[in-house]
Amino acid sequence: MSGQSQRLNVVPTVTMLGIMKARLVGATRGHALLKKKSDALTVQFRQILKKIVSTKESMGEIMKTSSFSLTEAKYVAGENIKHVVLESVQTASLKVRSRQENVAGVKLPKFEYFTEGETKNDLTGLARGGQQVQQCRAAYVKAIEVLVELASLQTSFLTLDEAIKTTNRRVNALENVVKPRLENTISYIKGELDELEREDFFRLKKIQGYKKREIEKQLAAAKEFVEDKFAEKISLQKGISINAAHNLLSAAREKDEDIIF
Amino acid sequence: MAGRAQIPTSNSALIAMIADEDTVTGFLMAGVGNVDLRRKTNYLIVDSKTTVKAIEDTFKDYTTREDIAIILISQYVANMIRFLVDSYNKPVPAILEIPSKDHPYDPAHDSVLSRVKYLFSAESVASGRR
Repeated sequence: MSGQSQRLNVVPTVTMLGIMKARLVGATRGHALLKKKSDALTVQFRQILKKIVSTKESMGEIMKTSSFSLTEAKYVAGENIKHVVLESVQTASLKVRSRQENVAGVKLPKFEYFTEGETKNDLTGLARGGQQVQQCRAAYVKAIEVLVELASLQTSFLTLDEAIKTTNRRVNALENVVKPRLENTISYIKGELDELEREDFFRLKKIQGYKKREIEKQLAAAKEFVEDKFAEKISLQKGISINAAHNLLSAAREKDEDIIF
Repeated sequence: MAGRAQIPTSNSALIAMIADEDTVTGFLMAGVGNVDLRRKTNYLIVDSKTTVKAIEDTFKDYTTREDIAIILISQYVANMIRFLVDSYNKPVPAILEIPSKDHPYDPAHDSVLSRVKYLFSAESVASGRR
C-alpha cells in the first residue's frame, strides 16, 4: 500500500522524535474523542429516524382529519368561506420560534410554534356554521403542531446526517492516514538514530584501538629509553661510558687507519 | 466548518405554504397567513392556471427569505419542481412535504423520507458490521 510507506519529510533528530511522539499522542486522543462523538451522534440519529417515520405516518392521518373538517365547514358555512378567509389575512398570529439544541457539539435547530395576538377569523362563519369553522381551525392548529415538530425533526436529521458524515471522515482520516504516517515517521527516525549510534560506536572503537596502539608504542619507546639510560649509568660507574666506548671504537675506525691491531 | 450552515435563532418566524387552495385556506384559518407592507404573502395557491415557473420562483423566494422557518409544500406541487426540492440542502428553512386532499401521499417521492428509508436499510447492515 502506498499509504504504508508514507512518512513526513523530517530531519531524523531526537527533538523531531519527541515532536512526532507528541503528535502521535495527540492524534490518538483526537481519534478516540471523535469516535466517541460519532457514536453519540449516531445514537441521536437513530432516535430521530424512528421519530421521523412515526410522525410522518401520523401526519397523514392528521391531514386527513383536518381536510375533512374543512369540507364540513365549507358545507355548513357555504363555499364562499374561503374567500372570506383569504381576504382577511393580515399578519400571522401563529408563528414559529427556533432555538438551538446542542448534541455533542452539533447545533440542532428546534422549532416550536406559538400564537401571538388574536386571530382575525373570529367572526368568520358568524352567520352560519361558526361551530364547524372553529373546529376546522382547531384541527388545522393541531396539524401545524405536528408539522412543526416534524420540521424540526427533519432539520435535525439533515444536520446530523451531515455532521456524522464529516465526523466519520475525520475519524477515518486520522486512523488511516495521519496515524500510520506519524508511526512510519517515528520508526524511520528511530532507525536512523540507531544507525547513527552504531556508526558512532564503531568510530569510538576505532579511535580507542588507535589510541591503545599509540600508547603501547610510547610505552615501548619509554622502556627502551629507560633501559638505555640504565646501561649508560652502569657503564659510567665503571668509568667509561658506553657512548664513549662506542665513540672510541668508531673514532678509531674512522680516523686511525694506520693503526693495526 | 465549510459544510455546515449557520442556524439562525429567531424569536418569531413564519410558516410559508405552497399548496392547493383548500389546504392553504385551512392553514390560513389556523392563522399562519401573513401579508407584509408590500402586499407580499407567505403563501402561494397553486391551481390549474399556476405555471411551474411561478412555483419555482416562489420556492426560491421563500427559501431565501429570512423570516421563514418552515415551508409546507404539497407533494404534488413538490413533484413539479422535484429537482429544486432535491437539490435544496439547507437546514433552515425546513422543507416539509404534506399530503393534499386530491393527491394521496406517497412516501417514496418524499426527498427526506426516501433518504430515511434508505438509511434504515443501510443502518441495519451497518449495525451488524460494528
